[in-house]
Amino acid sequence: MLNKTVKQLSQGLAKGEFSSLELCQYYLNRIDTIDTKFNSFITVSHEQAIASAKEADKKIASGNANEWTGIPFAHKDIFCTEGVLTTCGSKMLNNFIPPYSATVVENFNAQGAVCLGKTNMDEFAMGSSNETSYYGKVINPWSESNPLVPGGSSGGSAAAVAARLTPIATATDTGGSIRQPASLCGLTGLKPTYGRVSRYGMIAFASSLDQGGPMARTAEDAAMMLNVMAGHDTKDSTSINQDVPDYTKDLNKSIDGLKIGLPKEFFNEHLSSELQSVLQEAMKQLEGLGATFKEISLPHSDLSVPAYYVIAPAECSANLSRFDGVRYGHRCENPSDLMDMYVRSRSEGFGDEVKRRILIGAYALSAGYYDAYYRKAQQVRRLIKNDFVSAFDDVDVILGPTSPTEAFGFDSKGDDPVKMYLEDIFTISTNLAGLPGMSLPAGLINNLPVGMQLIGNYFDESRMLNIAHQFQSVTDWHTLSPKNI
Amino acid sequence: MSVGPDDINKIAHLARLQIDSDKIEKISKDITNILSLVDELQKTDTSGIEPMAHPMDASQTLRRDDVTESDNRDKLQGIAPSTEDGLFLVPKVIE
Repeated sequence: MLNKTVKQLSQGLAKGEFSSLELCQYYLNRIDTIDTKFNSFITVSHEQAIASAKEADKKIASGNANEWTGIPFAHKDIFCTEGVLTTCGSKMLNNFIPPYSATVVENFNAQGAVCLGKTNMDEFAMGSSNETSYYGKVINPWSESNPLVPGGSSGGSAAAVAARLTPIATATDTGGSIRQPASLCGLTGLKPTYGRVSRYGMIAFASSLDQGGPMARTAEDAAMMLNVMAGHDTKDSTSINQDVPDYTKDLNKSIDGLKIGLPKEFFNEHLSSELQSVLQEAMKQLEGLGATFKEISLPHSDLSVPAYYVIAPAECSANLSRFDGVRYGHRCENPSDLMDMYVRSRSEGFGDEVKRRILIGAYALSAGYYDAYYRKAQQVRRLIKNDFVSAFDDVDVILGPTSPTEAFGFDSKGDDPVKMYLEDIFTISTNLAGLPGMSLPAGLINNLPVGMQLIGNYFDESRMLNIAHQFQSVTDWHTLSPKNI
Repeated sequence: MSVGPDDINKIAHLARLQIDSDKIEKISKDITNILSLVDELQKTDTSGIEPMAHPMDASQTLRRDDVTESDNRDKLQGIAPSTEDGLFLVPKVIE
């Protein structure tokens, strides 16, 4: 049961090898007994999960099931789940039981999948190590004697899947928050094209960058998840009205003749020799499958992190102004007046990293600085996008590292936030450009997993999943599991 | 660009945040570091480049002005910190 993929679980349910109730109880029991080590869940929804599993078993018995009916999974605690606590990793929302569900949540409900609970995350998705969660840090299941970070912000989703506490989990990515934890936990994670997955009910961090996507062990499961998650939504005005293909359809296609671009700016001094050899080895495998490689240039890559740290905080300061202690969320005790209520509710509810980003954003948007920071960053953003657009004239997909290193220790970045920000140096540009990006397991460094990143053209997720599936059919990195689970 | 404690207090007020006095120094140092990272942007010539707000340059979608939501006031106010007679309660604003 432990290592079965969604695909295999689905077949098992259909053949009656086990019931959804047995399956869900198996995972709930694992969470109850093992997650004390990892802290990957904020909320475990025992009762709701058991009720939906029973419901799913009825559907299966009556022949009304689909491939998702009765499959257990988890949601990142950024997706609003009606009737189930949704914290976004913040004290600000430690009493927030949403009166509605996110579209992504509705989509999984409609398929009859069974939500086991809500996974831990960096507060409001701001972090690359899961250290900023109000609900405690998440431990990477690959840690041995020293506890290591799972990456962030979707570190709870990644740790839960890596520890086999759930077969898959939803996640979100604003600057690398699906791909970097996928890399550090040995998983397959995909950030779709901006606008592909509805953001309705997904608590906003930086609205022009945020995108939900799958966290899974295999490309096949990620494709099955994207089939559920993707689609136009009239409730999200930035969602794109374009047909959703069956993402599993092309998985088995040959990649013979595929042209892969290697950005010279990614294969530079930021890349360790260990990671370089992991990527070389992966490229050999892809070459064996018929792919060819070409050096390309993304000349404005260096400006991704600077542009991101204007745009993301600016949008965060605007989005997080809604937390005012009036309609929902934390309100301070005995406010003396309205200003005191705003200031104390927000100061008590938000943690240090969130405050820091709100301050940068408020500064960048304040009178006299808007043109120098925000407008400038948005112009640079277009230059970054244009680099990719020209690169895709010559190649089908781009390959590079996901994270600069394997999983690192807690507090190892010191107390300079800029060091942590550079963790996302290879992933941020795709968010700025709105392109799909994916991380898949490519090897081990010091017995810890690292991923390689594929960056696709707009709406080219099928091809990326195809490449990943073909790679996984000739490698076994994605089948490795941590020892201590 | 250096951001001192006074600047921090000013932007904190704009953002309706209170920064503890023992954290001001550290936060002004952090933000100064972040802004020097960001200042890399200034080295690039962006004259004539249209700022990019949406990756697909999509524009706001419109719909017919029909009523699509039913009245959910009680449900939505059920999670508010303080309400009375269908109103959100806040500290007295007008004397």
